[in-house]
Amino acid sequence: MRSRLARLTFWQWVFLAVMLGGLYAAYVRVLGGLGGATHLSDAFPWGLWIGFDVLCGVGLAAGGFTLAAIVHIFNIERYKPILRPAILTAFLGYLLVILALLFDLGRPYRIWHPLVMWNPHSVMFEVAWCVMLYTAVLALEFAPVVCERLGWRLALGWLRVVAIPLVIAGVILSTLHQSSLGSLYLIVPHKLYPLWYSPFLPVFFFLSAIFVGFAMTIFESWHSSRAFGKQLELPLLASMGRVLAVLLAFYLVLRFLDLGRRGVLRLLLEPRTETYLFLLETALLAVPMLLLFRLRVRSQPGGLYLCAVLVIFGFVAHRLNVSVTGMEAGSGTSYVPKWTEVMVTLAIIALGFAVFRFAAKHLPLFAEEPPAARTALPAPAVGD
Amino acid sequence: MAKAILFDSTKCIGCRQCEAACAEHWGLPYDDTVAQQERISERKLTTIVTRGERFSRRLCMHCADPTCVSVCPVAALRKTELGPVTYDEGRCIGCRYCMLACPFQVPAYEWSKRLPRVKKCDMCYERQTAGLPTACAEACPTGATLSGERDELIAEARRRLAESPGEYYPHIYGLEEVGGTSVLMLSAVPFEQLGLRADLLREPLPRLTWRALSLVPDVVVVGTVLLGGIWWITHRREEVAAAEARAAKEKQS
Ligand code: SF4
Repeated sequence: MRSRLARLTFWQWVFLAVMLGGLYAAYVRVLGGLGGATHLSDAFPWGLWIGFDVLCGVGLAAGGFTLAAIVHIFNIERYKPILRPAILTAFLGYLLVILALLFDLGRPYRIWHPLVMWNPHSVMFEVAWCVMLYTAVLALEFAPVVCERLGWRLALGWLRVVAIPLVIAGVILSTLHQSSLGSLYLIVPHKLYPLWYSPFLPVFFFLSAIFVGFAMTIFESWHSSRAFGKQLELPLLASMGRVLAVLLAFYLVLRFLDLGRRGVLRLLLEPRTETYLFLLETALLAVPMLLLFRLRVRSQPGGLYLCAVLVIFGFVAHRLNVSVTGMEAGSGTSYVPKWTEVMVTLAIIALGFAVFRFAAKHLPLFAEEPPAARTALPAPAVGD
Repeated sequence: MAKAILFDSTKCIGCRQCEAACAEHWGLPYDDTVAQQERISERKLTTIVTRGERFSRRLCMHCADPTCVSVCPVAALRKTELGPVTYDEGRCIGCRYCMLACPFQVPAYEWSKRLPRVKKCDMCYERQTAGLPTACAEACPTGATLSGERDELIAEARRRLAESPGEYYPHIYGLEEVGGTSVLMLSAVPFEQLGLRADLLREPLPRLTWRALSLVPDVVVVGTVLLGGIWWITHRREEVAAAEARAAKEKQS
């Protein structure tokens, strides 16, 4: 606490190092092609960039549509103060997902091809359209913040007119997108380990996106309050914690019902890596669920934060199990990402944090504050 | 009119003439090191796989309802009427979903190239349109690989199974696997023993995703109505209040 400045410079230093590493990795990727920059192979064509950067990135951006729906559709006004940061996270998340895709595609300059070359039978085609349309929707949903800062009244008026249709479009596109990421894996019944392959993959991806949306919102609010010396909206977050617990319970029950219905529960007795990973993933979701059902945990910032972090890890574990670890045995290979893959991923995360911080300092993200407070923000914040 | 290939592993002597002919057809360098790699890759689009004394071939199976064709977002892969599944490198964005999805692990990628392409057997589409047999079938000295009409080749395979039941494992690989393929195989032993997947679904895999994809329009319609309805209900009170205020104002003026 004492040396806030020193801590900032440390993180800035880390940021710089990660960005330089990322740039070098990008250089390797451009020069050496996918073969030089990844450990992917014909038998294992999708790795960390798809599994983490894209699948998890899209999921972690889910706070945007859940909160937009809560505030604008269900008209629960008290969540409004945390809506803007959530929309910004979602918007940044999608931009970063597109950036990651540019690394992963063999021919990144053809990323626009699905616009004019159609195949409606392809889940990937649906994914491509959802990414494009929802990124556009998010840009428009976030535009009022920028317009407010610039004082563009006319644009603001127009944006207000289309606000509700935009929110509805955003919720539907997100529903389609989140679930379609699960549908991508419906086509690999022979490769994906039965603990994860299920005809309900799209449903699980959608539900997990919703609960991680709540977790991400808690996570972000906690960090924003520390970084910008804002008061934590504790009662609000505690109520989100309760919803999160219910959502987790619902998800876990469905997940186990599905395993039972497919008759694969006995696989849990087999001493295999997949079993342990499944148990880890489940524990990372079940433990915070149990904790969040207790009022004592929910009403403490620390407890809430810890639970949110566990849920985020559990979510990431699930998506990586589906996309990477659950696919290894069925593909007959093993895959460990190359340093370049890890470096690019870290750089993308760091970039996300940096842009969010920058935007939070210079844009009226935390609305309903007097302008004076806003202009004071760029200075280092005082105490937590 | 659909073309097909019949491969009879009981007749295959592992001479790799098919590999060499295929490499020549595609203009790929072929030598002993390449010959030794018993795996489809950007370097060889077909390969012999040795299991003890037995040889079998790997090549694109040219499914009747191909998984790769259904998953490609830009329709770079196409099932032609003639039978072969072809690849249009001008459309491909390099997402490699076709590679992930193919149940036979056939499409290969040019990993080391800066502008990579997918590589796969196209059953000599051009030769076939000119009425020629595939390069591999033409090169095969024992008749283990035959190129022809699918119906006729199925009839031929059935005849062999019926005529010498002792020599064959009683199954035509590719007749029903993932909904049927244009490459058919015969073997003396169960197909797993040749290293082929025998546990494939009998249903075409594209149906698995289509079940989810076909719900998209419903989600859009029902979702819009539902969300619009909820919005209307939750905001009604405000609207009513606003309308009353307006009415009061009008009365005043
Ligand atoms: S890699 Fe190319 S051919 Fe394969 S699915 Fe993607 S765009 Fe289609």
